[in-house]
Amino acid sequence: MAAIQSVHSVVPADKAHSYRASQRLTRTLLYVLVCILAIIFAFPFFYTISSSLKGQWEVLLFPPTMLPEVPQWQNYVRVFQVTPFGTWLLNTINVVVLSTSGAVISSTLVGYSLARFKYRGRDLLLMVALATMMLPGQVTLIPQFLLFNKLGWINTIRPLWIPSWFGGGAFNIFLMRQFMMTLPMELDEAAAIDGASRLRTLLTILVPLCKPAIATMAVISFMGNWSDFMSPLIYLNSQDKFTVAVGLNYFKAVPASTEEQFYHYLMAACVISLAPCLIMFFSAQRYFVRGIAMTGLKG
Amino acid sequence: MDLAIEKTSPARKPLSLLARIVGAESELKKKDALEGYLFALPWIIGLIVFVAGPIIASIYLSLNDYSVLSGATWVGLKNYQRAFFEDPLFWPSLGRTFYYAGAVVPISLVGSLLLASLLNQQLRGTNIFRSLFFLPHLTPTVALAVLWSWLLHPHLGPVNMVIQTLGMEPYPFLTSRSTVIPSMIMISTWSSVGGNNMLIFLAGLQGVPTELYEAADMDGASSVRKFFSITLPMISPSILFNLVMGVINALKVFGLAYVATNGGPNYGSWFFALHIYNQAFAYFRLGYGSALAWFFAVILIVFTLIQLKLSDRWVFYAGAN
Repeated sequence: MAAIQSVHSVVPADKAHSYRASQRLTRTLLYVLVCILAIIFAFPFFYTISSSLKGQWEVLLFPPTMLPEVPQWQNYVRVFQVTPFGTWLLNTINVVVLSTSGAVISSTLVGYSLARFKYRGRDLLLMVALATMMLPGQVTLIPQFLLFNKLGWINTIRPLWIPSWFGGGAFNIFLMRQFMMTLPMELDEAAAIDGASRLRTLLTILVPLCKPAIATMAVISFMGNWSDFMSPLIYLNSQDKFTVAVGLNYFKAVPASTEEQFYHYLMAACVISLAPCLIMFFSAQRYFVRGIAMTGLKG
Repeated sequence: MDLAIEKTSPARKPLSLLARIVGAESELKKKDALEGYLFALPWIIGLIVFVAGPIIASIYLSLNDYSVLSGATWVGLKNYQRAFFEDPLFWPSLGRTFYYAGAVVPISLVGSLLLASLLNQQLRGTNIFRSLFFLPHLTPTVALAVLWSWLLHPHLGPVNMVIQTLGMEPYPFLTSRSTVIPSMIMISTWSSVGGNNMLIFLAGLQGVPTELYEAADMDGASSVRKFFSITLPMISPSILFNLVMGVINALKVFGLAYVATNGGPNYGSWFFALHIYNQAFAYFRLGYGSALAWFFAVILIVFTLIQLKLSDRWVFYAGAN
């Protein structure tokens, strides 16, 4: 803005006027462009929600209608009746809560260790953390499957959450470590003088200060676990154990009802599977956006 | 504190063996180091059990014929030989994956940068637009695939209804071999262009010091010139990050194809990750699946290393020498 004002002061009045007019035109064009893009991104959502509230005949109406004539709220009830959607939701909530809390707790501990302790092999561990981020999951998938098979964990949700209690993933560890490095060491020293143990220092001094990083991590790992598809697809094989993601895929392929056209139910199921991510995003947008931005700048 | 104690005790006792093992300089620091290990212990166990062990096991498996029922039979490099010379789906699925990634990565990278630049114009309501652009990225993959396979359905989908209303033939989208990958490229672009990439670029753009632009204004530089001479170099670390992650994610494409088309029609969207999945978990050829997975991992790692190596030539780190 300062630059624009300084330009104003040196150019004659009529030129300044046309400059401002062209600025206004550019702004307007930018607004139009941004609005068109917003429609492109948001319209499929709007249409999904609208279709999920239509009657069976209305979904397939030609030409398609924007809004349902009478919103069929019972579609959302019917989804739970024609499929075990309630069970799938409960399973997913179990997985998400257990794995997110595991990731948050264990990566806080490990991040603390990497940020605040000196021991042989620490920097090597950090390198390993970065290296495992590069390794594609496919390589470890098959042996892990055999391991969980040996343990009798197939067709349970255990493979989906127990591993996250062992470190919580390289990305989360790295995030916590980086964040703790920004906190002054004097905090820890003061606590030590007061006779606090290292664990107590972590819990009472550092964790409250790390809230933004913890919130970021929780939001990102919530979303990742909620929408994860490949692992539940591999480990879960009976309908009563499915998560929403696998259930939705199953429902799409094998409509549970005998009705031939079921798109309104399918869309309602899509909306239900989408809703928690939207709610999470809008309620914790601040943390989410900052967390993503942080990953990019650190890379 | 520790330092003070060390200085006042000139005749230090020799370090115990344990202290030397953990790399501590004094007995006091030994306890500290041991506690450090203790805090990292869950992860160290996790690394051994869930990462290092499986990596070694997977190398071993790839050299075996392995099924859950009969166990392992040593076959040497036969699995790799089979992949390269006998498997009719191997090279085509690899080619398809590169075709997809080769289109998705540049399109969504350029698109994300343009969207981020647009949001960086200090328009009113930027936050609302940012959220709207981000919406598609929040959609879980399965919902994304279900949603778009209905929208693009050849007869019942609204997109084709509109096309027919305009008097044109319905477009096959996901139901023809020649259009299925372009359709998936379009769906992925829609879902990713306003997502993480855009947020990272936006943060990068906001971090460019305004003095640079002011100085360029003094010299009478055009907006295009400023973009290429200031903006691009300044945000090149973000570009590198998005490029590396974008290539990895695009090559790993799985859920969209699995749910929307199950690799079809007629293997038209049978990507490499689908090939691995099906060999390993649909046909339970765990040895062969491991060989495929290793080949895939090597490709991803080589690609990432090449990009990091080449990045010396074009990435500019402000503050670095």
